[in-house]
Amino acid sequence: MATASQFRALFQPRGLVVAGASTHPGKFGFVALHNILANGYGGEVFATNRDGSDVLGLPTLRDLDAVPEGAADLVFVCTPAATNPDLLRAAAAKGITAAFIASAGYGEAGDEGLARQRELVTLADQLGMLVVGPNGQGVVSTPASLCAQIVAPYPPPGRIGIASQSGNFVSSFMNYARLSGVGVSRAVSAGNAAQVGVIDFLEFYADDPATDVALAYVEGIEDGRGFFERLRRVSERLPVVLVKGGASSLGSRAAASHTGSLATDDKVFDGMCRQAGAVRATTIEEAYDLAATFATQPLPRGPRVAVVTTAGGWGVVTADAMSGTSLELVALPDDLRADLDTMLPPRWSRNNPIDLAGGETKDTIPAVLDAVARHPEVDAVIYLGMGIQSNQGRLEREGPYYPEFGLERIVAYHDRQDRRFTTTAAELVESLGKPILAATELAVADPRNAAVQGVTDSGRYCYPSSNRAVNALDHAWRHAWWRMRRGLG
Amino acid sequence: MIEPSRRTLSEAASKELLARFGVPLPVEHLAATPDAAVDAAEQIGYPVVAKLCGDAIAHKTERGLLRLGLADAAAVGEAARSLLAAAEPDDGDVDVLIAPMLRATRELIAGLARDPQFGMTVVLGVGGVLAEAIADVSIRLVPIEREDAEDMIDDLGAQALLGPFRGEPAVDRARLADVLLGLSRAATVHPELVSADLNPLMIVGGDPIAADALVEVEG
Repeated sequence: MATASQFRALFQPRGLVVAGASTHPGKFGFVALHNILANGYGGEVFATNRDGSDVLGLPTLRDLDAVPEGAADLVFVCTPAATNPDLLRAAAAKGITAAFIASAGYGEAGDEGLARQRELVTLADQLGMLVVGPNGQGVVSTPASLCAQIVAPYPPPGRIGIASQSGNFVSSFMNYARLSGVGVSRAVSAGNAAQVGVIDFLEFYADDPATDVALAYVEGIEDGRGFFERLRRVSERLPVVLVKGGASSLGSRAAASHTGSLATDDKVFDGMCRQAGAVRATTIEEAYDLAATFATQPLPRGPRVAVVTTAGGWGVVTADAMSGTSLELVALPDDLRADLDTMLPPRWSRNNPIDLAGGETKDTIPAVLDAVARHPEVDAVIYLGMGIQSNQGRLEREGPYYPEFGLERIVAYHDRQDRRFTTTAAELVESLGKPILAATELAVADPRNAAVQGVTDSGRYCYPSSNRAVNALDHAWRHAWWRMRRGLG
Repeated sequence: MIEPSRRTLSEAASKELLARFGVPLPVEHLAATPDAAVDAAEQIGYPVVAKLCGDAIAHKTERGLLRLGLADAAAVGEAARSLLAAAEPDDGDVDVLIAPMLRATRELIAGLARDPQFGMTVVLGVGGVLAEAIADVSIRLVPIEREDAEDMIDDLGAQALLGPFRGEPAVDRARLADVLLGLSRAATVHPELVSADLNPLMIVGGDPIAADALVEVEG
């Protein structure tokens, strides 16, 4: 079992060594050192190179023996597999307690590799060392400005902890982090998961003060029961969003029983997740939607949703998307309707979805959002149709008439207003403790739109469509309900 | 590795085992002769069903060992004679099981299934002949708590089937949860269970009742 102090050495090292740093910019041993140095890691960085050549202007050491004792507690290993046992012994002698092994040539490489992998684990256990990988892409820890990986990107800091059986999905998740601005605390690729696997990292995240949500990709699971029990304990501590690869394989069962033939692998896994309180996503994209929701919104206290839209059919299709979910389009309470009547011209929808029908003046939207979100019969709000004016403003700003004809002033006004509407939504989330999800395709069509920027700058996730917001809120409420019914608060 | 041998219990033994864990079952009688079958039917009240019952008989429907809607003594006597005559040497000791003819517009399926990765599971699904094609099913790992059982019911896609339906009241969800909890307890108490089928689990007047049961054990 890996210990908390070993995980601290991995994610919060006081100093680190890149073993096998290379002068060739195409090699992992170069890229890993580059990524560590380029992203502002604050601890001391050592690098070993067989020839002692400088790499990226950093003088290197011939081997680990030259590292001052106690100066580093993490080694990032890019050296050939055959040399790694000696390297681990030398590292342990210097007080290093965690190793990330990027080297290939282990369990993925036939019987010989598998034997080498077993020996590696045995040795690491003897040395009291945490070994992550082998054949992994790396580890990221934004509280330590640590980007120890052989691939991009480095994500913005945030509250999501990522663990994956596939390194490429770590990159995918972190690309979504960059796209959305909803950032990452830790991320690790488990590689061949020889000594520690995804569930070990989830357990670390459960107690990690930097992490509020765990996001994981898993394929094979060796000890199903153990995984379930551990996953449940983690889910009690923080939301876990899980994607399972290989979900479509049909578990055909020998057939004395009819229920057995209904219990396919995928259905069993699905039920296991629900029982454990883990949130299962079917795609990487959905997984990030859900993780970002848990990271940036409070859990809803009930299923009653109000949809606020500035205009158009958005509200209608959002209401449609809610059918078949756990959510409830709340019947507009009389006192709220009367309240809104005083703020809006008579053509507004007078029902939920609350369609303002373009009837807003300067301060209407913040006032409507406030009244709706504050109402005791509303548990969550989905806010649609923001950014229209600043989108027009962009067209004007990029057109031939700008800044003449009063365009400069009106464009700046709309930018300010759209930004204000979305930051108001975020302030209400804070003061009321209720989720308000903002959705517009401008999140991807024009991430620099003032409304989208207002959402992201206030630390929230801008949903690229209302149906994705509905789906995220559905999962949030299901998870909240799972917690409430088990007295988990 | 030698797989432990697996065998199915008779319908009567299956039901007896599961009844001890609160699985709701119709009153039934085993009859060794056509005359005894008629006596049993008179006690239960017509119409009844007759089934050939024995340890080695798993799939009665497929083998045509089921007679439905028997409305009087003559029909019961004839059904019992033909069922007993249909027994094959491999079936071992057989009896005719006489049970009330349950009528239900809604059929669920519930049971236990052992998963190679996660171990014993409780299963609830929409039943009937289309069950496998529809695959509206919800699963949890044994043991389950009441919250899990209630979640399983909520997870089914066909919620309309669980509400008031064609003049019948809504399914009693607490009783349905009791069935699932009973199955879970049965699996905990009897680790030799490999699978259990309540198929169909009929909804009669809103209450679940298992019209058939099949338990498979190992060792």
